[in-house]
Amino acid sequence: MTATAPALIIDGSASIAGVPLFGPLRLEVAAGRITCLLGPSGVGKTTLLRLAAGLDAVTRLTGTIATSDGAPVEGRAALMAQGADLLPWRDVMGNVTLGARLRGDRPDIARARDIVARMGLTDHARKRPGALSGGQRQRVALARTLMEDRPIVLLDEPFSALDAGTRAEMQELGVRHLSGRTVLMVTHDPFEAARMGHAIMILTHTGLETVTPPAADIPRPVDDPETLAVQGRLLARLRVPA
Amino acid sequence: MAASAALALGLWQALVVLAGLPPFILPGPGRVAEELWISRALILEHAGITVAEVLIGLVLGAVLGGVSAIGLAASPAARRLIRPMMVFSQAIPVFALAPLLTLWLGYGLWSKIAMALLIIYFPVTSAFFDALMRTPQPMLDLGRVMGASPLRLMWHIRVPAALPGFASGLRLAAVYAPIGAIIGEWVGASKGLGYLMLLANGRSKIDLMFAALIVLAVFTLLLHMGVDRACRRWLDGRAVG
Repeated sequence: MTATAPALIIDGSASIAGVPLFGPLRLEVAAGRITCLLGPSGVGKTTLLRLAAGLDAVTRLTGTIATSDGAPVEGRAALMAQGADLLPWRDVMGNVTLGARLRGDRPDIARARDIVARMGLTDHARKRPGALSGGQRQRVALARTLMEDRPIVLLDEPFSALDAGTRAEMQELGVRHLSGRTVLMVTHDPFEAARMGHAIMILTHTGLETVTPPAADIPRPVDDPETLAVQGRLLARLRVPA
Repeated sequence: MAASAALALGLWQALVVLAGLPPFILPGPGRVAEELWISRALILEHAGITVAEVLIGLVLGAVLGGVSAIGLAASPAARRLIRPMMVFSQAIPVFALAPLLTLWLGYGLWSKIAMALLIIYFPVTSAFFDALMRTPQPMLDLGRVMGASPLRLMWHIRVPAALPGFASGLRLAAVYAPIGAIIGEWVGASKGLGYLMLLANGRSKIDLMFAALIVLAVFTLLLHMGVDRACRRWLDGRAVG
């Protein structure tokens, strides 16, 4: 990555057809850091992320989405979701190089091969998503996200469909390869937030709460006592009706 | 399938024998088979014409239907202007247009090709268009964030994602296209299986009529199987496991 990643600031309140969804709030995603966003379902976590990505046409945001360097978010963000967006008719390389083709550029095949290798997918490079496991598919999605090489990365519950072991592995892979980028990660898994977040926040109907993350460096070990304790606190907080 | 065919033939023969039907009302399967063999050169010659009409109609219908569906999906203005016209056109019984087509395009191949085309155009366009309008949202989101132009989004994501819909339109078309060609031949032709059937009927050669009908049915069946297999191969390995 060439440019320094800027911080992402979402400031305002959102409503759908006049019905308030969340806010007013101010969410600051620190530059070059991973911020995990938790919250009860239906509170608008994904909406917040989609607003940042410029995708939501239904929700009205009264406020601003800005970056610390003043340049727009558009064109500087990559999106990674649960993996339903892999193209089933394209092989791994085809999926990883999709962005360039969608922009009419010539894909950088050497770089794509390198990223595919870093994801441990070299042996699967010519396979289509249908022939891959859930974990492998998410590595393809991560490879595609890295291929975009954007300073801001928006993750929408990217690992939620995986089994616990694969999920832990993907969390470590994600932290390693997303380092230095400004990452906003929506998750419903308190453990994931406790392991991956430089910062952890909970979105509720009334606003945004900041939770102190564990002291250890990310990705925090799965058996780190403080990480487990934070997970417990987060879960207890999420279960309280807001 | 073989047992089913044997049963059908048995029932047919039983009906002829038990009801004491004369061959000029309903010939038995044996007699039809005999006629099929005796008149094979004649039937084959006419079948060749019908096959050509159907295949050309099918290819043109697939191309025109495909292009129309993409055009409609790409342009809201086209949807507003043209879609109501297309739906309204379906209220006109296509069969009623057959005499007009003969008047405009003559007795040759083209009036039959046009008839086959008219019959399959709507199902192909409609199936493909519906699929084009149902691109999975996550793929559209991805394309949007990646900065795709509408044209490239169409070409790299929406069209390939909609090909299964196009394929089901083509499977329907394979069954409908022969109907169109036969109607065209009935209204005005000097060649083709439909023409041969009318001719045989008029001369009380019911065995020849049945022989031609069976050839037509077998052709339609083979065409459907062929299109189905081609579509399967074409879309092979795309299922998300």
